[in-house]
Amino acid sequence: MSDFQGKVVVVTGSTRGIGAEIARQFAHRGASVVVSGRNQEKLQEMERELKEIGVPVLAVAADVGKADQAQNLIQQAIQTFGRVDVLVNNAGITRDNLLMRMKEEEWDQVIETNLKGTFNCIKAVTRQMMKQRSGRIINITSVVGQMGNAGQANYAASKAGIIGLTKSVAKELASRNITCNAVAPGFIETDMTAVLGENVKESLQAQIPLGRLGTVSDVAKVVCFLASEDAAYITGQVINVDGGMVM
Amino acid sequence: MSLEEKVKEIIVDKLGVDPEKVKPEAHFIDDLGADSLDTVELVMAFEEEFDVEIPDEDAQDITTVQAAIDYLNKKLQASE
Repeated sequence: MSDFQGKVVVVTGSTRGIGAEIARQFAHRGASVVVSGRNQEKLQEMERELKEIGVPVLAVAADVGKADQAQNLIQQAIQTFGRVDVLVNNAGITRDNLLMRMKEEEWDQVIETNLKGTFNCIKAVTRQMMKQRSGRIINITSVVGQMGNAGQANYAASKAGIIGLTKSVAKELASRNITCNAVAPGFIETDMTAVLGENVKESLQAQIPLGRLGTVSDVAKVVCFLASEDAAYITGQVINVDGGMVM
Repeated sequence: MSLEEKVKEIIVDKLGVDPEKVKPEAHFIDDLGADSLDTVELVMAFEEEFDVEIPDEDAQDITTVQAAIDYLNKKLQASE
């Protein structure tokens, strides 16, 4: 499988979870991959892993919530590979708490990393994609952004914000052959959901028509599809990968 | 080619308009049919052609042919 040969893909938050799998899937499809995250050690592990798959890899540490770091990430990608064909805004954190107990930093950090980080990276990459007259931007939102979740007001707000951002960007950049879509994962087996209690997991499964939690691969494959030629006529959409949880 | 001529050439190329329409007082959006993305790309083209950096705050004021010529003249003189 090498339909992404010669394509440069940047995946933020790709040191673990959904982001790591997205990076892997693109690597298996022949892409040059730029991985990013805040943990240097995990970043280097990811770089090694992808190099073994046999594709060009660049690892750049970045906290995308900070505009200058997002700029630097994209600049390095362009300097190294000369272009950016796909940007996957996957970096995301949670700082769960009931709203009445939620500290200001807990709100700010989640909005900054998840929503502002997405904005920062899109802003940094737009100029290059406009020059190329082509680009694919894929933002990872969440079912939580669509349905809300008690204890995750900050996370839900950031993910819902990503949906509005996605549609605006889609409208702004469509004339330059740049599409912008969002993928809304449901409950996926990762570190983020591993911390949920057994009861919570069971009640979740009961809500999911397909009767299971999703895998990172379930989500990554849809991201690859949206980045592919086959999705050329899709823009401004939110594609749910949630086993039917939200219909 | 003078700076004016080069600027006009870029405008004709990017906006796909008749050279006669590119008069000094012509407004990119109101007179030459550009949309906001076009104006962004126009500024990018000036940056590349004249090897200058045009910050966003300045770019916002470059709305007419003459404004572009004046700005670039100033910018290029400043760097000599």
